[in-house]
Amino acid sequence: MVRVPKLQSLSSLEVRNMTEYKHSVSLDVSKCKGCITCLKRCPTEAIRIRDSRATIDSNRCIDCGQCIMLCPHKAKKAVNDKLSDIPFKKKYVIALPPPSLYGQFANLDDVDYLLQGLLDLGFDHVYEFARAAELVTEYTRQYLKRTDIKHPVISSACPVVTRLISLRFPYLCDNIIPILPPMEIAGQIAKKEAIERHPELHESDIVTVFISPCTAKTSYVKNGFAGGSSSVDYIVSMSDVYFELLGVMKKERTPLPVSRVGMVGMSWAVSSGEASALLNDHYLAADGIENVIKVLDDLETGNYPFLDYIELNACSSGCVGGVLAVENPYLAKVKIQNLKRYLPVMQSRYANEEISSMESRYSAEQTVYQPAQKQKSDMLTAMTIMKKAQIVYSELPEFDCGACGSPNCHAFAEDVANGNAVLSDCLMLGRNKKENKADDNNGSDGK
Amino acid sequence: MDNTTPLTFHFAVDGSDFSSAGEASVQVKKILRDIGFSADVIRRVSIAMYEAEINMVIHAGGGVADVSVSPESIVIVLTDHGPGIADIGLAMSEGYSTAPDNIRALGFGAGMGLPNIKRYSDELNIESELGKGTKITITVKP
Repeated sequence: MVRVPKLQSLSSLEVRNMTEYKHSVSLDVSKCKGCITCLKRCPTEAIRIRDSRATIDSNRCIDCGQCIMLCPHKAKKAVNDKLSDIPFKKKYVIALPPPSLYGQFANLDDVDYLLQGLLDLGFDHVYEFARAAELVTEYTRQYLKRTDIKHPVISSACPVVTRLISLRFPYLCDNIIPILPPMEIAGQIAKKEAIERHPELHESDIVTVFISPCTAKTSYVKNGFAGGSSSVDYIVSMSDVYFELLGVMKKERTPLPVSRVGMVGMSWAVSSGEASALLNDHYLAADGIENVIKVLDDLETGNYPFLDYIELNACSSGCVGGVLAVENPYLAKVKIQNLKRYLPVMQSRYANEEISSMESRYSAEQTVYQPAQKQKSDMLTAMTIMKKAQIVYSELPEFDCGACGSPNCHAFAEDVANGNAVLSDCLMLGRNKKENKADDNNGSDGK
Repeated sequence: MDNTTPLTFHFAVDGSDFSSAGEASVQVKKILRDIGFSADVIRRVSIAMYEAEINMVIHAGGGVADVSVSPESIVIVLTDHGPGIADIGLAMSEGYSTAPDNIRALGFGAGMGLPNIKRYSDELNIESELGKGTKITITVKP
């Protein structure tokens, strides 16, 4: 019997009040076997297996990239711009490389060779993400001294974290520092500086290209989080650029560009780098999406009284652990460590006014609580469905096997209550839990 | 299905494993979030219940929590068979604590548990008998 997948229609119903959220994870249907690997590990239970293939509830997906990383059949893919999509000939193209890119290469002891490599690939100019990151660090140091802010302050850099908070942590929305993430600031500065250098250029002649270690940054740009439109025009995968760079980084001649990255900016590539640069010991840095959720849960209950700053990275080890990075994140960390060794703390100097005025130039909209679930108006409906789910759950074996296509028995019960699955989808239904318990008790009797 | 009967949940709070203390409150928080209660209500319920749950683990070796939810009120009943509270008035005063040193080392035992529950709830009822146990009923009204 072929069942029509209802999940799709449900999600389109649920998003009627919101603008559709554009994700950067796609599924190659021909490769998906309908196994339960992604289903079981999705941190927001956004995946269901229907008709032997995975479907994603776009209201719940936070673009963490876990499913891409885990899929044994390579059916989950990141959606990015390709290098060939970039109008190198028609426009003035600026590359925005993050420090995590610097950690991908063996034997790279001078970032300048990498920056030259980007020019050799056809980019007209390079603006380092790390410089914008250093600005954010300076700004955050000042911001933390203010007395009118909610502590602890949460970093706005990882888009997975800000989306997760807006979906699930109403009380932490105003803990997020109201400044744009460094990628966005980098795009703006890069464009501004290009026009200063080349007054003949019009803003529409310039495009910026971020070289991303993760899927979430793509979603951030696509969904225009930055108060309408993003200053980043294209997002290409770090692994794509990595292989192109390998071809051109020959170290045959002295590179032209001079990297302006300091230890502070370089540190942003790895977990706790951003926070430690604040020169304030009262910080917490967590990495890996499951750890991040645990910290946010505790934080919302008020368990961290003495902290000033929280740095959260959805990827293990920080941005070097992104799904689009090439190198093993732990090795990348070592490389970042080595590259940092002979760098000045920071290479750019900023006047105090320049930092304090960032607020007006790069302020981000306050993160708003937008739960994926029902709104208050249908609270009774939500409760009725929950009651129904409780009754369904009492029938289930509590194996959490995932064979039904839902990640666990609780989620399955909810799916049945919502009309998105039927009880008979449970293959273990016959193996009632009460009978199992009875079996356990009788086990020693050797029946 | 009848809309007037409240939705009920039952949690066993394990007193032997301190590291899992607070898990029932996190579950309740998720449930309220799914139903669509306001952020403020969720906050009040989760703090009040968290404090009571921790108290039950620290002082009474665990117990059970029964939560009933309706749009008008959220009622949490925590029942334990611990030593009971000798002087409820004294226990309600800020800064009074009988938590042992090893618990204080973790940052608990500031004597703010019961006062916080009172602060964040609309009604608080404590029944306690020495040597028998304690039953705490917390009501939060959205």
